[in-house]
Amino acid sequence: MTKISRRAALRALRCGLMATATLSAGFASAEGETVKIGYAVARTGANATGAGITTIPNYELWVKTVNDAGGLTMPDGSKRKIEVIEYDNRSSNGDLVRSIERLASQDKVDLILPPWSTGANLAVAPLFAKYGYPQLAVTAVTDKAPDFVKRWDRSFWMLGGGHDYANGLVELLSAALEEGKINNKVAVVSVADGFGIDLIKAARPAFKEAGFELVYDETYPLGTSDFAAIMSEVQNSEADSFVAFSYPPGSFGMTKTAQSIGYNPKVFYISVGGAFPIYPGIANGKPDGVMAIGGVDADSSAIKDYFASHTDSVGNPPDSWASAITYASLEMLEQAVGRAGLDHEALSKELSTGTFDTVVGEVKLEDNQLRDLFWVGQWQDGAFRAVSPAGKQGASAAVIPKPEW
Amino acid sequence: MLLTTLILGLVLGATYALLALGLTLQYGICRIMNLAYGELTLVAAFLLVVLFKSFGLPPLVALLLICPAGYAAGWCLYTVMMRPLVQRSGARGRLEVDSILATFGLLFLIQGGLLVVFGANFTSISYLDQGVSVLGVPVALNRLVALVICVVAGGALVAALNLTRWGLTIRAVAQSPGSAPLVGIDVNRVARQGFALGTSLAATGGASLAMYQTFSATDGVVFTMKALVIVIMGGVGNVAGALVAGVALGLVETVVATAIDPGLTLAATFAIFLAVLLWRPNGLFGRRS
Amino acid sequence: MKVLLIAAGLAVLACAPFAVSDYGLGLLIGAVTYVTLASGWALFSGPTRYVSLATVAFYGIGAYTVAVLNEALPYPLVLISAAAVGAAIALVVGLSTLRLAGIYFVIFTFGLAELVRQLITWFEVNVTGTLGRYIFLDLTARDIYWQMLALGAATIGLTAWINRSRLGLALRVVGDDEVVAAHSGINLARTKLIAFVLSATILTLAGAIASPRFVYVEPAIAFNPTISFLTVIMALLGGANRLWGPALGAVPLFLVFEWLSANFPDTYPIFLGLLFIAVVFALPDGILAGLEKLRRRGGEVRA
Repeated sequence: MTKISRRAALRALRCGLMATATLSAGFASAEGETVKIGYAVARTGANATGAGITTIPNYELWVKTVNDAGGLTMPDGSKRKIEVIEYDNRSSNGDLVRSIERLASQDKVDLILPPWSTGANLAVAPLFAKYGYPQLAVTAVTDKAPDFVKRWDRSFWMLGGGHDYANGLVELLSAALEEGKINNKVAVVSVADGFGIDLIKAARPAFKEAGFELVYDETYPLGTSDFAAIMSEVQNSEADSFVAFSYPPGSFGMTKTAQSIGYNPKVFYISVGGAFPIYPGIANGKPDGVMAIGGVDADSSAIKDYFASHTDSVGNPPDSWASAITYASLEMLEQAVGRAGLDHEALSKELSTGTFDTVVGEVKLEDNQLRDLFWVGQWQDGAFRAVSPAGKQGASAAVIPKPEW
Repeated sequence: MLLTTLILGLVLGATYALLALGLTLQYGICRIMNLAYGELTLVAAFLLVVLFKSFGLPPLVALLLICPAGYAAGWCLYTVMMRPLVQRSGARGRLEVDSILATFGLLFLIQGGLLVVFGANFTSISYLDQGVSVLGVPVALNRLVALVICVVAGGALVAALNLTRWGLTIRAVAQSPGSAPLVGIDVNRVARQGFALGTSLAATGGASLAMYQTFSATDGVVFTMKALVIVIMGGVGNVAGALVAGVALGLVETVVATAIDPGLTLAATFAIFLAVLLWRPNGLFGRRS
Repeated sequence: MKVLLIAAGLAVLACAPFAVSDYGLGLLIGAVTYVTLASGWALFSGPTRYVSLATVAFYGIGAYTVAVLNEALPYPLVLISAAAVGAAIALVVGLSTLRLAGIYFVIFTFGLAELVRQLITWFEVNVTGTLGRYIFLDLTARDIYWQMLALGAATIGLTAWINRSRLGLALRVVGDDEVVAAHSGINLARTKLIAFVLSATILTLAGAIASPRFVYVEPAIAFNPTISFLTVIMALLGGANRLWGPALGAVPLFLVFEWLSANFPDTYPIFLGLLFIAVVFALPDGILAGLEKLRRRGGEVRA
């Protein structure tokens, strides 16, 4: 059987077992006290795709792993199983806000895991603060994280800001420029959305400062499905480097279009979606040399184990950007609970000051933010490897120019 | 440069037009405002991917299976769900409201089913995506395939509607469902055929879309709205109108992207659409009511 | 008697926040918001039978106005500005759509909502260079609830008043047959325009009042087309040309959504779809008409 139908069978099985699972959860709580963990992530609507790739599989994997090992370890050494309460936020902030209120005031859960996307995390931040829950906002890219930490002192921002990613990329390209591998012309497209705008705003001055010239610099609206016109313009520019601050539909569309029109720049960079496990399939098995946002230390054994168990339980490997960070945030939570218990104040303090051992290595937050991140990755021999920051442990050397499609 | 824009615009426009052909039939003949149209195209798209990946069927062969399957599905859908609604509605406004509500339910039903079976992931296949040079402009082969399907299906439809006896009865029902029975036309049968044919075209559109675009289970509404805009712009029930409107939108999008600003492509699409309606309130080729 | 009953009901609703949990309050806000939207929508679309999908255009404009002005102006002025912006845009739209009817009007209004969203996006990207704005207002959930409740009550009151006035009569005639309406001396343009602007202003205010709950506003969030669809569906389900119809469609549908998505997060769209289809078949004229029929039948049995 192939991948799709097996996954379909698994899903059907899971739905069938749902009723049974609810029943057995009742029994489990009878045996010993559980830790109630709630989340309201998008199952339907526009955000379902992103949440379905990065957020939900990791939550499910983590809960399963913890419960299989006997549950969360409390400071006194006892173990308590996790009981999950899940709602669908239907990709609407109104429903999301209400679901979080429900988790906090009705279900009185012990911990709440954050939703997917920057906007959703900002929408619930005041509620997390009001009820005192720590918020480990992973899938939120924002330059204003330091301000938010001041405003909501139990919020934690784990994925950096737009300028980090833009600067990381420019640094990488300017090294290649100095070595004479590429010319100083760059073609940039960006999606007209909070994310794309943050990145391009940071990238413009950084590129200029590094001596690059932006020969093509346009935005495109969210929902664009055809990139033939844009890519043909880009192909006719004399840029050696193509940079797209894009979302998955755009990243995929641009890749396919570039391949079909035979566009082979020396640097081909896309943003969200480039690190997804289905990307090699989108690129028709020829992703090598493509750069994208994110990246992992593909040789570390922790990452290898994590990829294997994710593949085992979900049916496909995780994406190589936010997935590992999401899982790491859950491991942090697990270890922080082990040291500080479920009291929200103590827990937040531990998250803020403690050091944790996770799939992405040893993690310590600075000013409630995870700063030790990879900014750029590249497909090399079928794996998506981190290439920037170049000095960081686990980074590979970037391959420039990219081999032809 | 102009030639490039023109060719890319035509190819894009053809894919849009293909997406809208089925809807213009469904609404034009049966007066059923099918909000689940996009979901029907998605089902076909997923079906094509499954046939290709699990059974190794070449997409063009799969397309030959999906097209009649769409007809059968549409036939059943009309008989089971739409017919009772048509039957109980006297005045036309009533059917419009009922069909909006019922197909809105269908939309959720299909979307929920797709999410359970295929998950929320992006789906995509690589098929015929090498470039072909058309007058020196590289165009992806799979998009050219969609263009050919669009021209063949659209052309055949226009010819059949205007030249055959069957086309005459269809047009009679579309124009005046009330008086068609007076001349011995079985309105129910014709409407069912129209709906089934529309579904078949929706499936064809979805299956060819799967060849060139990445999609996910939640994309249906986007397709429905795109198709609706084209149908309305062309004039409801007017196949030639839908073809012209689809191509026009494709050209506008491409011209704006190259000559003005890619950021304004969608704004331009809707601006043109609104302008057309202000100029001709019943669409480009719509009849005066 | 009836007025007293309604006043008492309103008083109970106004005191409700003191008796319920935060989640209960969230439910109340959601329900009242949709009642307001559906009733405001039906103010124009109910009697005239023009199905508008521009709800989210006005709702989003309201939210965006608050996001832009919340740091520059005091809150009441922000609300007034939002209402003014909404009314002005509604006037332009109303004037330009006078010639459109039926499905052409439906899709035109949808296109309009998308156009507004695209233009705001383009403006923000190219002129102000910030996409995504923050609303940091010191408003509690209770404040938002009371405002929304007041707006909802005002909407239903206004609808009741219009129904009894000449305007209401004119609107109903327009809905039945525009030609007849024109022949009987009704000024079609003015009648439709007044109702459309009133309706749009209410929708804009609803967006403005609801927005502080979301903190962060960007076009994709503010102009989510689902809101337009839900509003239409709720109003039609309840019975759009009756005073309490939209409210009676909005509350149960909202609660069913909530219940299903909480209990079946994985599969609820399937149940929801089935339920919808079932309702269309079982209650052909909307919930309110279904209830009345049931009552009448009960009356006959007793008699």
